[in-house]
Amino acid sequence: MGLELPKYPEMEEDNFVNFTDSEIVSHVKDALTSVLSGDSNSYNQLVAVMHHSKRLAPDEVALLETTLKALGGAVSCIDTTLHDSLLSAIFSMSMWNYGPHVADALAELIVSLAISNGKYLDLCLGMLVSNFTPPPYFLDKLKLPRGLERKGQVLSLVHAAFKKISDYIPLAPLRLSNIVLQGMPTIYHKDRAIVIYVENMLKLESGEIGELVGSTMLMAVVDQLIELDLEIGWDAILQDDFSKGIFEMELEDVDEVEESAEQDTGEFRLSRKSLAGNSIAELLDNLLVLTFEHLESCERAGRLAKVFETLLQSFQITVMSAYKSKFTQFVMFYACALDPDYCGMRFATMLADLFVQDSHPQPIRMSAVAYLASYLSRAKFLSASLISSMLKRLVDWCLEYGKTPDGDINPNAHRVFYSGCQAIMYVLCFRMKVFMDVPRLKMQLLMPMEQILKHKLNPLKVCLPSVVEEFLRQSKAACLFTVSKTFVFDGLLESELSRAFGGLERLDTFFPFDPCLLKRCDSFIRPMFVFWSMVKPTYDDAYDDDNDDGSSDDELIQDFVNENEDIMDDGVARSFDEQGLDLDEFDCALKKMSITPKNGFSYKFGGGFQEPTRMPCRIRPSTSPESL
Amino acid sequence: MLKSSSFSLGHQSQLKMKGLSVADADLVVYVHPSKSRKVSQAILRELSSLLFKFNEAFDGVLLAYDVNIQDKQAKILSGVHPYFGLRLKANLLLFSPKSDMLLEGKVVKLSQESIHVIILGFSSAIITAQNIRGEFKYKTKDEEELFASRSHKRHVIKVGTMIRFLVKSFDEEILHIIGSLMPAHTGSICWLDWNLEEISEFDRSATKSRGREWQEDKTFEGTTPLSYNNHIKKSKKHRITED
Repeated sequence: MGLELPKYPEMEEDNFVNFTDSEIVSHVKDALTSVLSGDSNSYNQLVAVMHHSKRLAPDEVALLETTLKALGGAVSCIDTTLHDSLLSAIFSMSMWNYGPHVADALAELIVSLAISNGKYLDLCLGMLVSNFTPPPYFLDKLKLPRGLERKGQVLSLVHAAFKKISDYIPLAPLRLSNIVLQGMPTIYHKDRAIVIYVENMLKLESGEIGELVGSTMLMAVVDQLIELDLEIGWDAILQDDFSKGIFEMELEDVDEVEESAEQDTGEFRLSRKSLAGNSIAELLDNLLVLTFEHLESCERAGRLAKVFETLLQSFQITVMSAYKSKFTQFVMFYACALDPDYCGMRFATMLADLFVQDSHPQPIRMSAVAYLASYLSRAKFLSASLISSMLKRLVDWCLEYGKTPDGDINPNAHRVFYSGCQAIMYVLCFRMKVFMDVPRLKMQLLMPMEQILKHKLNPLKVCLPSVVEEFLRQSKAACLFTVSKTFVFDGLLESELSRAFGGLERLDTFFPFDPCLLKRCDSFIRPMFVFWSMVKPTYDDAYDDDNDDGSSDDELIQDFVNENEDIMDDGVARSFDEQGLDLDEFDCALKKMSITPKNGFSYKFGGGFQEPTRMPCRIRPSTSPESL
Repeated sequence: MLKSSSFSLGHQSQLKMKGLSVADADLVVYVHPSKSRKVSQAILRELSSLLFKFNEAFDGVLLAYDVNIQDKQAKILSGVHPYFGLRLKANLLLFSPKSDMLLEGKVVKLSQESIHVIILGFSSAIITAQNIRGEFKYKTKDEEELFASRSHKRHVIKVGTMIRFLVKSFDEEILHIIGSLMPAHTGSICWLDWNLEEISEFDRSATKSRGREWQEDKTFEGTTPLSYNNHIKKSKKHRITED
């Protein structure tokens, strides 16, 4: 503006001339009203003060603070058209540029402006929202202690201002949520800006006006996550190995694994590598971690169940309808892990409900059952009774479906049925041992399976060969049932038929809770996660005693026994014995006394049972000759 | 999508406050075919989206509705719009403040510059100093800010007081009202009401010419404004929860 520093009365404070607050206010009022009469000299000085932003001398800081405070007292004299230069100067100020006193005065002025006239409300809210993110130069300082301190100050001022405004204008939160949504940085913005913006949205959710804007914020965060998620193509993860497998595979190159024991193995590492340097993946990782931490804080505050309802809703609306979401679903997984009894069960029930209701479109039902299968298999925190009751629903539905008499193998027409069958088999690949060890479950669940699998729609032929193969292998070992026909899969991942029932969306190969490939996110999920290496397949009974650590199955059985003590008097020991007696097939006994050397086993699994956390994650039904 | 085919204001409220009215409306709601399984849910959602927003067709803000679906028949719109139209009869509670209308609200903030008021718990109003009549003087008493009348000692406006004020203008988008305390019949409701009663009381006691009794009555009356105030608050809360 080329003006000299304005000669303001408050400037003279240094010279020990005392002015009361009201005198300063009336001076500012005069300056504002004098514009009307054509004398804009003192008004221009006022505007010039607002433009001071960087490296202020102490007296300038004092001047700015007093001016802001005085303006706060004179808001009724501010006119949108007469004083637009002043208003735009105020609205372009960033609290990040100033110390606590000025920022405080600025926040107060914004609140007074917002409540003084409806016209300013949106502008003020917009200004506060723009203070979610620091100016670009400040982004680098955010990690420093001073930067963090400033961040804390600014954000608490901004959020306190929201609260004050909505105290006086009850409908303000309604407008605020729209403004926040519109102001969302797109994924092409600087990463850190998005992270801090989302942090603010979550803060709004848990803040005092969270009741009003919380669910909108949470849903918008999930939307943002899914948007980033979809930005990362499947090809970025799978590379050209797609033919080898989604159901990807245990320890292909044992030698390589042993050489690089420090690192994650197999495909897992490969995929990580391909994600590394992908800035979107990194950003998504950070946002997911932020969301996890938010969920933890909700849990501590005892409002997880409420938040979870919103999450469920947004899961149904956005995540499930997105094509093969890769990472966002772990928000649900983590929430369930935090409260398995309520959230964990609620999630499974919701998915099962979606699957069994005819009214939902086929792709939704199939993707629901894919989520359910993957969830039941991978979640370490679920009780055996929950898993069995969910499986029972699926089995019952499949049995019921099998009664409608029509036709032969037809992947297209019966795709929902096939996806249900595949889901059952997939869960059993992970959990069969648990069910085998509990006779009641065996009777209720595993026995009716035969009827389904030998149905003339022939799910064994249509479902993913890799799942079927592993399932058959385990059920054979468990002497559950044998198939007369020999299935030759040649270790194929998928077949013509499975592709046909999976449809264009390829829901046949959708396992949403396969191990999380994002590094930070994975560290949250890992303790609650069942890796394939931790699963004890039924054909490994012989090694039970030696390899107890790290197995989730024993805990599960124990849990179940505890839950059902009245039903099963003597617990596991007896059921183990019974199993040996009941299944008097020679084949099985032979299997138990297997002469396969123990070290052969541990070689095959890369010693993974000792160090389950180092294990690769994607399962491979072993096809190596010695196991057959 | 909603279209009001006819719309008539019903009984213009026995409600004490102006600006509230109950209206009978014949509406046509256009529902997307994807919602055809859950029509009533779709209708409620459509109507709920109108709540707390100014609607030009109704010339007011919709606060509550009670809806009746007229018939089971729906009209399918031909052409590009696949929507089907449903006829409804609805009972609407509307809030339509107009200039020079008297409204009542609760003071939530008070300073020398302005009084901030919330009406019915959702709409906000501001009365700036130049719209407050000279009778009121800004004071601070025991660190509490208030406007006190120079001529009537008991007439005081502070945070928490229910006041009656005149509408100067109404911002339909934000539902923000600029109000005025210029006319003599505006101010603290309990004082205004009490004052009326006091006058009639005075008349009665003057005819009976028993000053002392009147004095007693006055102290008795002095308690009523409080309870009346409570009553207002309660009924307001009740209304909000109903909404």
